[in-house]
Amino acid sequence: MAIPDTVPIIGLGWDDLLFVVLAGTTLGAGLLVVTLRDIIRCGLAMIVSFLSLAGIYVLLGAPLLGAAQVLVYIGAISVLILFAIMLTESKDAPTRLVFQTQAGPAAIAAVVLAVVLALTVSATDWGAVSERIRSATDTVARVLFDQYVLPFEIVSVLLLAAVIGGVFLARREAGGRS
Amino acid sequence: MTNSLDAYLVLSGILFSIGMFGFLARRNAISMLMSIELMLNAANLAIVAFGAFIPALRDQASVIALIVIAVAAAEATVGLAIVIAIFRNRRTPLVDEYDAMRQ
Repeated sequence: MAIPDTVPIIGLGWDDLLFVVLAGTTLGAGLLVVTLRDIIRCGLAMIVSFLSLAGIYVLLGAPLLGAAQVLVYIGAISVLILFAIMLTESKDAPTRLVFQTQAGPAAIAAVVLAVVLALTVSATDWGAVSERIRSATDTVARVLFDQYVLPFEIVSVLLLAAVIGGVFLARREAGGRS
Repeated sequence: MTNSLDAYLVLSGILFSIGMFGFLARRNAISMLMSIELMLNAANLAIVAFGAFIPALRDQASVIALIVIAVAAAEATVGLAIVIAIFRNRRTPLVDEYDAMRQ
């Protein structure tokens, strides 16, 4: 028996159905991440969100990125975050207030940002824009990695030094106090 | 729907807004880091979508997205290390109780 071109009853194509399901899962899990009270569950919802995003990457024709997403985000970053949660969570924390006092304005700002982004996306002709952006990026990249490659590398050393210095300072403070 | 760049970009924008809300509204420092990860993922989705729909960007987009993933991993490591270092000092992960510099 052949599979029909579109999903029965709903009338969407299979790709579209997959996109709707994955997008819904991503957004729903994302909302859970920012609203749930128990932070461990926030972490687990974040894993679900990352996983469905990996599915969307595959849907977009980038399976390598989907694999990298699963390996790096779900395999490494999520585990790291869950460990950090377990290291920092005290027993009374989940019962206390989850949101700061500016949660209301933050929600309004987020909704406004979403609407503005959606309007921008629908009002822009991306094909024409991409050419302009690309030529500018090309020039910058050529100059950056050709002429200024040494300063570029020095910046990476500077950042490394900053990280080591930050960790060192945090350590001293801990030793001095407790 | 899967053949339109707009759908993916709108999804990315909404995901970014959710992350921004979480970053602004949550009290827990680790929740804020998770929100930052959501925002990075939203940006990555936009990059991959551009790569899939605009022929001129096809090769670059995957590379850029992979680099973003690597940077996000580094950011999560350093961010969590900072949170744990502060937690050792202050015994709380809630950012609005980090008020030592105000006094």
